[in-house]
Amino acid sequence: MPGNLRKGIDYMADVKHMGKDGLRADGRRADEMRPLRIEAGVLENADGSAYLEWGSNKVIAAVYGPREAQPKYLQDPAKAIVQVNYNMAAFSSEERVRPGPNRRATEISKITAEALESVILTSHFPRASIDVYIEVLEADAGTRCAGLTAASVAVADAGIPMIDMVAACAAGKVDGQIVLDLGKKEDNFGQADMPLGIIPRSGEIVLLQMDGDMTREEFGKAMEMAMAACKRIHGLQQDALRSRYAVNFADMDDGEAEK
Amino acid sequence: MKKTIIPEIRKETIYKLAQRGCREDDRSLDSFRDIGFQLNPIGTAEGSARLHLGRTDVLVGVKVQPGEPYPDKPDQGVLMTGCELKPMAHPGFESGAPSDESVEIARVVDRGIRESGMLDMQKLCIAPGEKIWNVFLDIQVINYDGNLFDSATMASILALHSATVPAARFGEGDDFPMPAGAWPVTATFVKIKDIMMADPTLMEELAADARFTVSLDDLGHIRAMQKGLKGSLTYDEVGRALDTARKLTEDIRSRLISGE
Repeated sequence: MPGNLRKGIDYMADVKHMGKDGLRADGRRADEMRPLRIEAGVLENADGSAYLEWGSNKVIAAVYGPREAQPKYLQDPAKAIVQVNYNMAAFSSEERVRPGPNRRATEISKITAEALESVILTSHFPRASIDVYIEVLEADAGTRCAGLTAASVAVADAGIPMIDMVAACAAGKVDGQIVLDLGKKEDNFGQADMPLGIIPRSGEIVLLQMDGDMTREEFGKAMEMAMAACKRIHGLQQDALRSRYAVNFADMDDGEAEK
Repeated sequence: MKKTIIPEIRKETIYKLAQRGCREDDRSLDSFRDIGFQLNPIGTAEGSARLHLGRTDVLVGVKVQPGEPYPDKPDQGVLMTGCELKPMAHPGFESGAPSDESVEIARVVDRGIRESGMLDMQKLCIAPGEKIWNVFLDIQVINYDGNLFDSATMASILALHSATVPAARFGEGDDFPMPAGAWPVTATFVKIKDIMMADPTLMEELAADARFTVSLDDLGHIRAMQKGLKGSLTYDEVGRALDTARKLTEDIRSRLISGE
């Protein structure tokens, strides 16, 4: 995009969130996601981990387990329990976040745990606990989707059996238009936000929230957009695992041949 | 931290190596692990730094917001230091209220910075008796392999030196750089039986009987000290640690300032 055009859009950002050319305040198309990068196995002490950058969001997910559930009364004799702790670092947002749990973090932890439990084969590990820690280092809207996406990769990185990795992405409404993956300004001033998490293999929804104002048609459009994005995200999740663990057989064969 | 166990045989190995002046990672008793850092990795923070000390990995962010001064210091800004030891960094750390350890780390880091006069608190006053800048220094440990005192201090002073006071955002004039001068650096030692070693790894900390941290300013003056754990230290041991610390902190300081 030519520099002067981008400048024009930035100027519009103060006035309007959608330009006449159909581009958004940050120059994205309506169905364009912010750049997403995922890395698996970034922590040494955790059993599994993942680092994710999504726009300016920066998230680390750490997984421990399956390990004995403590305290004992939490244990389920039939399956493992999944516990998630979502936390925003004090410096992760414009306004300092007071450390410790709050109602928002408690809710996000709960829905993220439920989403993950739907893909993890918990019945393989009676009385065990799978503990997921999501630390948001820098927040730029969409951190629950970023956290769930990272957590799924971290669970896989821990070698915990699961039917698929959950991929998550939000769609919403800004200036009357349905857009994908809202940025911070769009989230604050937009008319609706709908985080979605799915099992990409089956298309089943394991996380869905919405706030704002959307018609039935708009909902359908938002859903379609977010679903398509989740499938692309799933590809990036797989790539992250692949680049961490894949063995290049071609290289090995070459080595053999030289001998 | 929940009870983390070190096998007796490992403890013995660490001690036997130390008797020969050696360590598990091939360092001498008086040396630090490799240090690497990155300035301002966090866009939302006013200043931040991520620092590696060997396998220990620490992220520090600075947030600055207007607030009211303390009645006894009406013309001075306020520094508040917090430390989060989360399960992500080590399975022995637990979520929830700050542990005793994290409080100790935050306070030792805070003391080193405060006592060195690194921050010009009067320049952080907006209107005497009414409004000042609160400087929140938050330490988040990403991976724990010992010696959080020194790694958190280094990351903290780097974050403060690279911070900006966001005055414009709060309608208090133009942004200005954090009024930070000195570079207070700490050096931490542990004592295993009768042997002292600098910059302990996690295993060395678990094998330790006593711990000693000293903060030195640019002139080599001692600005803060902290002894920890159940064991004791002799006067000689403290003296030797201070001499070693002087050399170590000079070297570390020049590396932090030059950005290497």
